[in-house]
Amino acid sequence: MDAKPDKIRCDACPVMCYIADGKVGACDRYANQAGELVRVDPLTILRRTQDQGGKLVEFAGRNDDWDGDLLGSSFVTAIGAGTTYPDYKPAPFIVSQEVDGVDLVTVVTEAIYSYCGVKIKIDTDRHLGPEQNTVRVEGEAVGHVTTGEYGSQMLSLGGVNHLTGGSKKEGRVTCKTLMDLCNGEAVEMEIDEGSSVVVQAGKPPTVNGVAEERMRVGCGSATIGMFAKQWHGLVDEVVVVDDHITGVISEHQAGKVLGWEDTGIKIKGRRSTPGRYFQVAEPGTGWGGTDVDDPLTILGDFNPKVAKPGMTLLMVSTTGEQHAFYKLDEELKPVETDLPESLEVSVARIAENCEPALCSVLFMAGAGGSLRAGVTENPVRLTLSIKDTLTHVTCGGAPAYRWPGGGITIMTDVTRMPANSFGYVPTPAIVAPIEFTMRRQDYEKLGGHMKEIVDLADVVPRGKRSESPHAANPWPTVSTHFDWRDKGKPS
Amino acid sequence: MTGPLAALLADGKRLHLQHGPIDLIVEADGSAEIVGRAYAQAAARFETVLDELVGELPLLRSRATTEGLGLRGPVARRMEAAVAPHASRVFITPMAAVAGAVADEVLAAMTDGLDLDRAYVNNGGDIALHLSGDSRFEIGLVAVPDRPELSGRATIRADDCVRGIATSGRHGRSLSLGIADAVTVLARTAAEADTAATLIANAVNLPGHPAIRRVPASERAPDSDLGNRLVTEDVGSLADAEIAAALEAGEATTRAMIDRGVVIAAVLQLRGAIRQAGDLAIAAQPDTPIFAPTQRKQPEETLRA
Repeated sequence: MDAKPDKIRCDACPVMCYIADGKVGACDRYANQAGELVRVDPLTILRRTQDQGGKLVEFAGRNDDWDGDLLGSSFVTAIGAGTTYPDYKPAPFIVSQEVDGVDLVTVVTEAIYSYCGVKIKIDTDRHLGPEQNTVRVEGEAVGHVTTGEYGSQMLSLGGVNHLTGGSKKEGRVTCKTLMDLCNGEAVEMEIDEGSSVVVQAGKPPTVNGVAEERMRVGCGSATIGMFAKQWHGLVDEVVVVDDHITGVISEHQAGKVLGWEDTGIKIKGRRSTPGRYFQVAEPGTGWGGTDVDDPLTILGDFNPKVAKPGMTLLMVSTTGEQHAFYKLDEELKPVETDLPESLEVSVARIAENCEPALCSVLFMAGAGGSLRAGVTENPVRLTLSIKDTLTHVTCGGAPAYRWPGGGITIMTDVTRMPANSFGYVPTPAIVAPIEFTMRRQDYEKLGGHMKEIVDLADVVPRGKRSESPHAANPWPTVSTHFDWRDKGKPS
Repeated sequence: MTGPLAALLADGKRLHLQHGPIDLIVEADGSAEIVGRAYAQAAARFETVLDELVGELPLLRSRATTEGLGLRGPVARRMEAAVAPHASRVFITPMAAVAGAVADEVLAAMTDGLDLDRAYVNNGGDIALHLSGDSRFEIGLVAVPDRPELSGRATIRADDCVRGIATSGRHGRSLSLGIADAVTVLARTAAEADTAATLIANAVNLPGHPAIRRVPASERAPDSDLGNRLVTEDVGSLADAEIAAALEAGEATTRAMIDRGVVIAAVLQLRGAIRQAGDLAIAAQPDTPIFAPTQRKQPEETLRA
């Protein structure tokens, strides 16, 4: 492994600063991030007023270095484009580009979002905290635990009430939390009456200091359904321990259809339907999201009229991470013994079917405000143009889901955006890139700032950072994004 | 490696010159033709400024002496001239005047041979001024860059000797040995103002105070001309009497500089307390400013992410 140098030489300008890890150069624009030179400050690329001809002062030859062969494969993102605030000035960049004969315009701006937040999906069965409870960073309320989803706990952080509705410190901490999460950094948070969780987009969560590895294969009942056949004939009873729905194979429909015999097992908790039990224990960070470390605590005594000494019992969690194998002794008490080889396969298969546990972070923001004025003189037309799929919205080139209903409220997977796409202003508010792409004629119709359009070829050489797009991102200008795709080329 | 850039700002009036760490906002008042020529002259001069400085950088980062370091470049010589009057008293390197000296040099090139009513070159808060006839500048003061509210204003007329304004303090990009939020100096040149603001901001200090966290400059910036000298990292809670004591120390330094003729007037700000020294009256109640000298290098059009 190559050792990264402690300090690096920046070659962005003639000063050639020597920059230590974690520090910035004399310009505040470039930094050393773990041995890599990164741009930390938005480009202050300024709109060129070419129509003013003589007033534009240029260094002869300086802008001619670019050889032009990127045309058609470049998309100017709004990262570092700067922004105008208040927004009545034209957006920093309005770039035109011809794609497949269609003259497209991309309006590029960094938006300042006071209305924004993140939705976090944490793949874990572990109990992170009661629904509706407050999520804190540095003691400040930054959001709450929201409704649980499949195999995951959901957090909702940020939003206007935490950013601007609380104390100054609450706003500042919320803003920093959102920025760090969106920039893919790890953030430690505490949930009231719950756990400490370290969340990092695209990485496994760490709950109370323990890194989560796998997302469960399904609830306990679903696990029974999936593996009943593979257990049949190898073991007398299987209990899949799960905080939501614990499954018992001998009572479960999946066991019944295989002719599974009763075992006289007794599960504590509330029976929902045969072989499916709710609330076998308290939620926690033990087996299957319960607080149980010894699974036998969820069992009552076996029914002596049905159970027989020597009967075998497999208890397993929904991720296969925990499992134990028992034999009933003469008093019908389960005694732990080694897992037979024949069952190892099925336990391993549960684990194999569990996807890696990840934290996913979706940035959610409302771009329906005054930002639109930087795009058009008639802001509502931009909203309508997006709804009519004449205008395609991306965030740093990444696809954005637009919520139905009013405004331009979008959600984007932050891991599909280039590194360090997010910034903040002390308002506090988050600064994030947003691009609107549409045909030139559609831009004109919505009252666009037509005079501000510059050719892509004039902008690309001014860009300071070139990024490869995320492999899964559709190219922002392909015609399939647009309503006119099947209607032929524009007249 | 990126070269120098020159472009008009969105208002169509001001010129933005940028190269590496240097960001200049330039404005000249006069006929369109004269302004166009002025901007062309400014841009032409700016093109080589950074390269000239880099060529002599090791010498520019070494301790200034009263007899001079033998610097050759025009900007470097402006820097040396500005720091020389302080060299026998304190540790100082020509770099203390770099921002102001660049502003002076570009202003001089821009106004050379042209009849401009008024012009300025703002190098991130270190500002060189050109005034003629009855023209004047209204100057707004800002204490903390993140809270751009005005804490004072001043009017500068052609017959005042002030042609340079600079602000220094611990919130800017430069490192400070002191704790001042902002020290704004009015002087004959931007280079002199830059130097004095740095030294006065260093003097606003409470040596050994437990609430002040200091780190070696080399930890913050390996290339710093301050070497291992301790620079202010953070300032905790200070009592009113301590704030007054720190400001008094800075004020004493200021008055000595005024007596020696290297400063015309100065305003010192710390935790909302303001002291001023010198003849030029600086009104505490703000009005609409033409621009505010902050330490931020960003042009006003772009909000910092």
